[in-house]
Amino acid sequence: MPRLGGLAVLLLAAVHSLAFSSPPQAPQHGEELQITDNEVGHYGGVLTVGQRSEPKTLNPATAADAPSREVIGRLTADLIHINRASQQTEPALAKSWTISKDGRVFTVNLRHGLHFSDGQPFDADDVVFSFEVYLDEKLHSPQRDLLVVGGKPITVQKINQYTVRFTLAEPYAAAERIFDSLAMMPRHLLEKSYQEGKFAQVWTLNTPPAEIAGMGPFRLKEYVPGQKIVLERNPYYWKADHDNNRLPYLDELVFLFVGNEDAQVLRFQAGDTDIISRLSAENYSVLSKDAANRGIELFDLGPSLEYNFLVFNLNDLASKSLAEISAKQTWFKDLKFRQAVSSAIDRDGIVKLVYAGRGTALWGNVSPSNKLWVDQALPHPARSVDHARDLLKSAGFSWKGDQLVDPQGRPVEFSILTSTSNAQRTKMATIIQDDLSKLGMNVHIVPLEFRAVIDRVFQTYDYEASIMALGGGDADPNPEMNVWLSSGGTHLWHLGETKPATEWESQIDQLMQKQMVQLNYKDRKRLYDQVQEIIAANTPYVFLATPNILVGAKKNLANFKPAILEPTTLWNVEQLYFLSVNGSPSGAKQSGAKQ
Amino acid sequence: MKSKKKLIAAAIVLLALHLAILLAGFVAPYQPAMQNRDFPYISPTRLHFVDARGHWHVRPFVYQSVARPDSLYEYTEARDQEYPVHFFVSGSEYEIAGGLPSHTHLFGVDAPAQIFLAGTDNYGRDQFSRILYGGQISLAAGLLATAISLLLGVCIGCISGFYAGWIDESAMRLAELFLVLPWLYVLLAVRAFLPLHISPSQTFLLLVAVIGTIGWARPARLVRGIVLSARSRKYVTASRGFGASDAYILRRHVLPHTYGTLLTQAALLVPQYVIAEVTLSFFGLGLSEPMPSWGNLLANLQQYNVLVSYWWMFAPALALVLVSLGYLTVANAFHQQLQSGSI
Repeated sequence: MPRLGGLAVLLLAAVHSLAFSSPPQAPQHGEELQITDNEVGHYGGVLTVGQRSEPKTLNPATAADAPSREVIGRLTADLIHINRASQQTEPALAKSWTISKDGRVFTVNLRHGLHFSDGQPFDADDVVFSFEVYLDEKLHSPQRDLLVVGGKPITVQKINQYTVRFTLAEPYAAAERIFDSLAMMPRHLLEKSYQEGKFAQVWTLNTPPAEIAGMGPFRLKEYVPGQKIVLERNPYYWKADHDNNRLPYLDELVFLFVGNEDAQVLRFQAGDTDIISRLSAENYSVLSKDAANRGIELFDLGPSLEYNFLVFNLNDLASKSLAEISAKQTWFKDLKFRQAVSSAIDRDGIVKLVYAGRGTALWGNVSPSNKLWVDQALPHPARSVDHARDLLKSAGFSWKGDQLVDPQGRPVEFSILTSTSNAQRTKMATIIQDDLSKLGMNVHIVPLEFRAVIDRVFQTYDYEASIMALGGGDADPNPEMNVWLSSGGTHLWHLGETKPATEWESQIDQLMQKQMVQLNYKDRKRLYDQVQEIIAANTPYVFLATPNILVGAKKNLANFKPAILEPTTLWNVEQLYFLSVNGSPSGAKQSGAKQ
Repeated sequence: MKSKKKLIAAAIVLLALHLAILLAGFVAPYQPAMQNRDFPYISPTRLHFVDARGHWHVRPFVYQSVARPDSLYEYTEARDQEYPVHFFVSGSEYEIAGGLPSHTHLFGVDAPAQIFLAGTDNYGRDQFSRILYGGQISLAAGLLATAISLLLGVCIGCISGFYAGWIDESAMRLAELFLVLPWLYVLLAVRAFLPLHISPSQTFLLLVAVIGTIGWARPARLVRGIVLSARSRKYVTASRGFGASDAYILRRHVLPHTYGTLLTQAALLVPQYVIAEVTLSFFGLGLSEPMPSWGNLLANLQQYNVLVSYWWMFAPALALVLVSLGYLTVANAFHQQLQSGSI
């Protein structure tokens, strides 16, 4: 009986939601809609997605956490967008753009006649306002770094109601990519708060939905703390299919806050959610056992862009009282030591045991799925404990019994820091521990809470080695600047370098700077290949592996085209629609509503 | 009589388990940290008596396992050759009771076959060996914490019951305070205050000591009650009249009354503290990889896919249940004997 009761509640909820969601506006004259090339669908349905944690804010200029960005991304739109499937840029709110010959001036033409989700018009003033906010130094927007080129912020100038000009201090390769995910914000709603210096406090989760408007396919309907956030169709959205039906097809998009990955899997298995992303390989195989019966389909999209690596602490510890770690740094700084570690690690074992075979071993920072940028010539040396032993011998290490000792006779013993929130990296550490014990190294694993790990790696430098992951944002090399420039904020092995500590780091600096201002792809690729080779040869990170991107969705969800770039599953949410009306829970909702 | 039989049965099971765990190196066929990366999550090896041709064998044998191609962690037996189980075989080196090095293992099979009586974990480590070695940690934790609790309990209980008055009052109010302490939160708090650079095994010992220390209150109250009633017995007054010292009276006339209760308490506390170790490891406060403990082994079940896919990962729970039941049966039997006045 309770089951039936639950169904009745569902049906009631469905009737409720259908009755109150606004129908899409018919395309108006003078409105320059973007016509999508997806299969034509039909309206209706509620798409439910499980989120591991609640978003912290809905403010596009202050959101830094993934859940917030995932929701905000559905509420807002950008000028130029990276198509997640093709990984190429495409027009979005900008209908077209031109680049000056020197590559410094971007003239962007906006679509005419568009409206925010509250019905107010969108034009160049909103664009200029949005960039003013992002570039505001006082606001510390995470997007600001991207908009500073050659040390100077981009200048933004309104030419007329539908034309904006952006000027860069120096040429910047693939500059149009920086516009991706920069949400255009409504001046009419936010200018007052901005003038009063209260911008950081706007658009929290408790802001009434009527005060939030964006250019995204959905708009905020309801936030239930601890439970869910409900978005409804933006009736003014600026995309239509080639039958001239305004998108999105779905009535509502619901983010359920479910907790951890296992809870996500359970809710998906139970049919409570329609899409699951970021699946682990083990859960993928659990789900695949009865996928057909449950009407779900699973996708293995191949290697992600993320790279997992072991990093040794090479920071300058002179100002810190960490004598024990400084003493061990004589080993870590020895290239042969790092190479020996790299040579002894069983990467295939990691792929097999940690990713259940759904992953790829790595010897460099660029994932093989990044076909445009990966250096195919990079060597992939096979695992060899003997080679590792030879390297250690030539570096003056020797063995006392089974224990490796350094030239001063000290036993080689160090700890690897991992985050307790990431079971996969702890597993990698366990495998590496076993591999290195074959070299006579005594390795301890120290799992700490994620924030404690970050604090030690970025602030106190109180660690010996750690397993971390980077990348995954974009396929282009430019977002990697921070990692490889010796002054970069995520130059993890040696942070806060005032000048490059080694010859090869200064070479990387030069090459990365050069590729950034080089507009020709072939020349950029040549420079970036050199960077990858220098990195591989000097092993500042011991690259381990990259997991495959694994996602799942209800079988009756049409136009579902997951991609390896974030957001993997919801990037084309405006095109998604439900095929069948019967059989699935969402179908039940619709048939119930008809009665 | 019935309880005596139960007591004997439980004692035999406990003795066998403790012996196997103490001699883990000998009983276990493999090293607990040895990874077999070709055999992650392999189910327990089947022992055969009848071969593929239908012949009976007196000596049990196993087949070599091979991974099924294009599958995840699925295996079949290669039935073309039998590998009989041998006893007292030579294998990897270990130390008995922390000293004597030895090579002899109770049983084993010839390479390339392997014998995993309780399957393997994610790294292809033999669960059976890990349960035995893990038992050393878990039981040590249980026994150590029990010893600390009882020692403190007896001391405080005796003083409290024997001297009564304000000492008794304050000690018992303190005991009540300790009884209401939520020990799990205390442990989490203690862990947070510890410097991070001390090694996991030191941390673990320290936490066990903390659990034991927090647990003094219950035995102390019981001991105090017994001491209180014993000290007013006539023979105690008589012996005092003859000029016996407090220490003598306590040792000779009062403490012997507590032995039965203490034994029962010990039998109750050991499984309780073994489970406390499991809880600690479940929260990530236990020993770190690759050291096994029952809590560590069970923590694997936190992952949904392990819970639903690999039933043999529950095996450590069986050991835990056996130990707990054994001790509780013993405690129960002690209690009944105590009631009937035979201890």
